[in-house]
Amino acid sequence: MTRWRAILWSSLAPALAFVIALAAGALFILAVGRDPISVYTILFSETLGTWYGIGQVLFKATPLIFTGLSAAVGFRAGLFNVGADGQLAVGSLMTAAAGAALPASSPMFLIPACILAGMAGGALWGAIPGYLKARFGSHEVINTIMMNFVAAALISYVVNNFFSVPATVHTPPIRPGAELPRLDVVSGVFRGSPVNLSLLLAALACAAFAFMLKRTTLGYELRVIGANIHAATYAHIAVRSRIIVAMAIAGACSGLVGSNMVLGYKHYYEIGFGEGMGFLGIAVALVGQNHPAGIVVAALFFGLLEYGGLTINGMVPKELVTILQAFVILLVIVLTKVLRKSIRYAAG
Amino acid sequence: MPAVEIRHITKRFGSILANDDVSLSVRQGEVHALVGENGAGKSTLMNILYGMESPDSGEILVDGRHVFVTSPAAAIVLGIGMVHQHFMLVPALTVAENVVLGREPVRRKIFLDRDGAAHSVAALALRFQLGVDPGATVAALSVGMQQRVEILKLLYRDARILILDEPTAVLAPPEIDALFGTLRSLKDQGKTVILITHRLSEVMSVSDRITVLRHGRVVGDVETAKTDRMALARMMVGKDLELRTHSPSAVRGEPVLTVRNATVNTPRGLPLLHDVSFELFSGEILGFAAVEGNGQSELVDLVCGLRLPDSGSADLQGNPAGARVAHIPEDRIKRGMVGEFSLAENLVLGRLHDRRFARWGVMNLDAIGGLAAGVVRSFDIRPPEPGRALRKFSGGNQQKAVVARELGKESPLIIANHPTRGLDIAAADFVHGALLGQRERGRGILLFSSDLGEILRLSDRIAVLFRGRLVAMMDAGRTTEQELGAYMTGAALKAAS
Repeated sequence: MTRWRAILWSSLAPALAFVIALAAGALFILAVGRDPISVYTILFSETLGTWYGIGQVLFKATPLIFTGLSAAVGFRAGLFNVGADGQLAVGSLMTAAAGAALPASSPMFLIPACILAGMAGGALWGAIPGYLKARFGSHEVINTIMMNFVAAALISYVVNNFFSVPATVHTPPIRPGAELPRLDVVSGVFRGSPVNLSLLLAALACAAFAFMLKRTTLGYELRVIGANIHAATYAHIAVRSRIIVAMAIAGACSGLVGSNMVLGYKHYYEIGFGEGMGFLGIAVALVGQNHPAGIVVAALFFGLLEYGGLTINGMVPKELVTILQAFVILLVIVLTKVLRKSIRYAAG
Repeated sequence: MPAVEIRHITKRFGSILANDDVSLSVRQGEVHALVGENGAGKSTLMNILYGMESPDSGEILVDGRHVFVTSPAAAIVLGIGMVHQHFMLVPALTVAENVVLGREPVRRKIFLDRDGAAHSVAALALRFQLGVDPGATVAALSVGMQQRVEILKLLYRDARILILDEPTAVLAPPEIDALFGTLRSLKDQGKTVILITHRLSEVMSVSDRITVLRHGRVVGDVETAKTDRMALARMMVGKDLELRTHSPSAVRGEPVLTVRNATVNTPRGLPLLHDVSFELFSGEILGFAAVEGNGQSELVDLVCGLRLPDSGSADLQGNPAGARVAHIPEDRIKRGMVGEFSLAENLVLGRLHDRRFARWGVMNLDAIGGLAAGVVRSFDIRPPEPGRALRKFSGGNQQKAVVARELGKESPLIIANHPTRGLDIAAADFVHGALLGQRERGRGILLFSSDLGEILRLSDRIAVLFRGRLVAMMDAGRTTEQELGAYMTGAALKAAS
């Protein structure tokens, strides 16, 4: 009973933010001389009105679930992981490299191996700033941003010089056995849209995230560190090593993005894949309040805006969608605070 | 005409009636004590008077006039100020800067008049005999001094009615005496003081009148001179309570903890703990008496493995002391609990290596739920909801949870550091009983407390730390508060040398 009430209350801020952001967006549309109602009608009918549109939204939401989890793991342990962009890039490249380099064999081996390679790449890229924080106390925000730059430069160098198909900026294709099937092939719905089985992987990752936090000793310790670092020390939790582990797990979540983009969609890695998904993941975690179900809902919502933006491209500037996203994020942050205060007030 | 009159105040939080038709009248120029157990409604009543809560019904009169105190800012305009348990000071600023903060004297409209601020603060300190240096940085001040800064803040804003919420909870005995001196000088100059507390000895020594609250109702309103501690305790608790008297241990056995020549230095090499040696036996309570900052924190950290000695050793039954020692920490909110976590989750903090509660890295929620249900029952934690966030419980119930967790650990040694800080009589008595029970079961207990009465009542032996050295080790039955005080302040050493 109280649980449902809590869920209802915590959904209130994002829902209100969505409505207000749409209203603000309507003003913007009016300002550029268009009719907001027809623009929104297209935006929603093209995304939610067809199976293809829904498939596109799910496809756009999949990587956001991974990067949202990545940010949320950090937040729960009191760490601000701004490095998902770098982690997902390294992870995706590793996935593509494994998919191309592993000997031909059954998908039952190839697919998990490629996914694990991506997780390992992301984990490494997360663990490095984690180590720097644990060992030297240097702040993870700075470290992870720097690691993003290092990843971008390093990957550009490696792909361009050693690993690209001539005259392109992408890697050779992965083995057919490593490809993740698209859902329209498996089920027949979502015809033509690139949504693929990595969506299932995202659901599994959410379940694993929830289980890890609520049911495991490791998750408990990470939550103690995030909520009260003094209590963590008092309880003899190995704070330093746990910080490294938390950052590695966060990186591994980002590293899963390659399963969607590489294994499920393009079947190769291209420079610039998934760019910005990492930062949007922070917004997803914020809006979803670091809760797995919240993250899924928030990712779907941002996925809707991502794809919806493409459908109204001809009518309004594409920046509109970026503005809407930013509005939602700001409003959620503000409304969460305001609502919390007024709830407290109402309760006395 | 009373300075403050509270008439028929009622305040309800959900299903709890925090104040039930409370009326109270405080005379101009008196120290009025408001006493009662935890959850009796003292803080709620004062929060209403200070404008932090609004009453459901009832009225407030200041100097005979009806007032509506809608916010702390409105309260200050009416001359009502409050010193909270947790100070609200900016550590990096000076005393004068803190005092004038929010009402700074300015020159030419935009420049802070530092000299003017320092002057007026110095004049105030002198007038009320507060003895605080206006130029000192707050971070460098002792807790007692910081409290005086809080009082100065109110006086600077011309408060005539000062509310002090548990002001002695954070103070060492000499500081308490100084605070009482301050209260008397405030009274002499016509200020009215309302003192929230549950330490009866303090009430008796400093107040003029006492109002007793129980379960949100006024159960007594008496002149201090016409009552005594037993009568007050009876009113607070609602029944006769036998205060525990000292009873020596019957089961003292083998050494549990052996500390040898332990020295802990600051990073610069100054000694915090110097060449301390002692043994603690099973079935014994060894009390440590010391004024805050004389090495007891370092000793605690050393014994529970949070800190390594620079030289010497602390051994628990032959092994280096460490992680699994049961430890009731001094600062419950900062170290002892995770407020956002549920009561049940807090009960396994530091206990997940226990195979009952987690195996192969997976927590056993059934076992943890069972543990919580048992603790709620045996420690009478209210409300009995293991899933509720611990920060939503009262301080006394939080402390019970921490004590329950630590006593539940399979450790031959228990460190009890201020185990009853902030607890009311009944809850403190419960914790004392629990500690004595553990002693009977053959565990060794190190007891740290700033309450000498508590140390004397519970301990078998008493050690005194002064400036990091162990300066005395005595049988509890053969010493007195006066003798301990002499060692604690170093007076005994000077007399001897």
